Amino acid sequence: MRVVADLDLCQGHQLCQGEAPDVFGFDEDADVVVVLEQHPDEARRADVTQAVKYCPAFALTIDDGATEEEDRP
Amino acid sequence: MSTTTPRDLLADIPEVSTVLDDQSPEVPEIIRGTGHLPEMRVDPIGLFHRVRDECGDIGRFRLADKDVVLVTGAEANEAFFRAPDSTLDQAAAYPFMTPIFGQGVVFDASPEERQQMLKNQALRGDMMRGHAQTIEAEIRRMVADWGDEGEIDLLDFFAELTIYTTSACLIGKPFREELDVRFAQLYHELEHGTDAIAYVDAYADIDSFRRRDAAREGLVALVQGIIDRRIERGPVPREERDLLDVLISLEMSADYVTGIFISMMFAGHHTSSGTASWAMIELLRHPDVMAQVVGELDDLYADGSEVSFQALRSIPVLESALKETLRLHPPLVILMRLVQEDFDLLGRTIPAGTVVASSPRVSNRIEEDFPDAGAFDPGRYLDPRQEDLQNRWTWIPFGAGRHRCVGNAFAMMQMKAIFSVVLRDFEFEAAQPLDSYRDDFTKMVIQLEQPCRVRYRRRPGR
Repeated sequence: MRVVADLDLCQGHQLCQGEAPDVFGFDEDADVVVVLEQHPDEARRADVTQAVKYCPAFALTIDDGATEEEDRP
Repeated sequence: MSTTTPRDLLADIPEVSTVLDDQSPEVPEIIRGTGHLPEMRVDPIGLFHRVRDECGDIGRFRLADKDVVLVTGAEANEAFFRAPDSTLDQAAAYPFMTPIFGQGVVFDASPEERQQMLKNQALRGDMMRGHAQTIEAEIRRMVADWGDEGEIDLLDFFAELTIYTTSACLIGKPFREELDVRFAQLYHELEHGTDAIAYVDAYADIDSFRRRDAAREGLVALVQGIIDRRIERGPVPREERDLLDVLISLEMSADYVTGIFISMMFAGHHTSSGTASWAMIELLRHPDVMAQVVGELDDLYADGSEVSFQALRSIPVLESALKETLRLHPPLVILMRLVQEDFDLLGRTIPAGTVVASSPRVSNRIEEDFPDAGAFDPGRYLDPRQEDLQNRWTWIPFGAGRHRCVGNAFAMMQMKAIFSVVLRDFEFEAAQPLDSYRDDFTKMVIQLEQPCRVRYRRRPGR
């Protein structure tokens, strides 16, 4: 899986850090999420999924390759 | 043609039909000749759905001297929600709010300011635990005088409760302790003073505007009283201060302070109140879902864990019911922006001066994205369907993009806390026919039509 954060949408709630602090960090200056681990181990899927689901800005996605989700580098 | 005028640009966008003649004798004189304004004032939902039905993803209607371009569907919604603030301005699109907030009080902060507020203030993630405790305590206070059985009006009950929760969490507990039902009643009059006639004249001499202005004066008087008592009492230690003490120290007038408080509470008040009411109604309409939710809560709290702890965590069945309530009954049915500079959308140029809008009510019910869109089906949010995440630009009860409701995590926590308390201690049943609960759409701030009564009975052993 690949974790994608849309920085145009991130509002800096930082809830994702609570779910998966090893995958999501925070840029204090820009007030937006930093994806620390773009390709987390499959074992982290449950927590990353929670982070995506509860992101108050809907700024996170898990890209499993052949999804139709928009891929914004 | 060498020059393209705004009129030419708009002519490319289809205009919706007219079903209510704007010169008809039933139309108040002040809004005769204002295009679709008379219809929006009585049946906005019918109007917005018809725009999509007749015109597709991009259509147009007219409110007095403003053309409104209404977009729906994922592609157009994404362009709308991603547009920068320099292109689309919110405040100018909602003239009915200015008399409520008062002159000079900001309508909505920029995304940058919102982010700053989030960092510094009440909606920060690490503040949520405290808010959850505050909200649980407020709900318990509201039901403390309930006997073994009785009846409540959903609008009165939840509108009062959410005055206490929003004031306690956003302004401070000392301020909340000064409030009683009078504040809630005056606040409701304000919300009721949002007739679309404001698109022609926000200060028109009509009953609901007179009551709105009287209610605002009433609120200012209540706040003045609180300020006077604080000044008489003198300073208190820093840890006992709330936002009101800070504003008093800045020598702001009661009128201005009231405006700030009204605007801070506005986004979280009628929205949360309406969602709680509709969630209760949908659960009463769907006893199978109610039974699942009650079962889930009973299991969750069987170990004696606290509401303020669980409300911040996953409660999947209840959350799905809440999401489905929000999809079918979004508190805001239309989101509008005034176009500041020509704006390209779906290959059309929308000229400056136009209002562009997106409708949560219409988008949330697009059949292609939400199969059997009119049905209440909490199963939509389970894996692998996840129809909210799969449709980020059309599942939009909280809006989307950078202006997506900054309080949505707070709101969901509040809903989970409310239902954790009331459904564990009480059983509910409708006190009127289930299809008689409906919204009053005749104001821009939509509220339940009264009566909207339900009966409660204390659960055995609680």
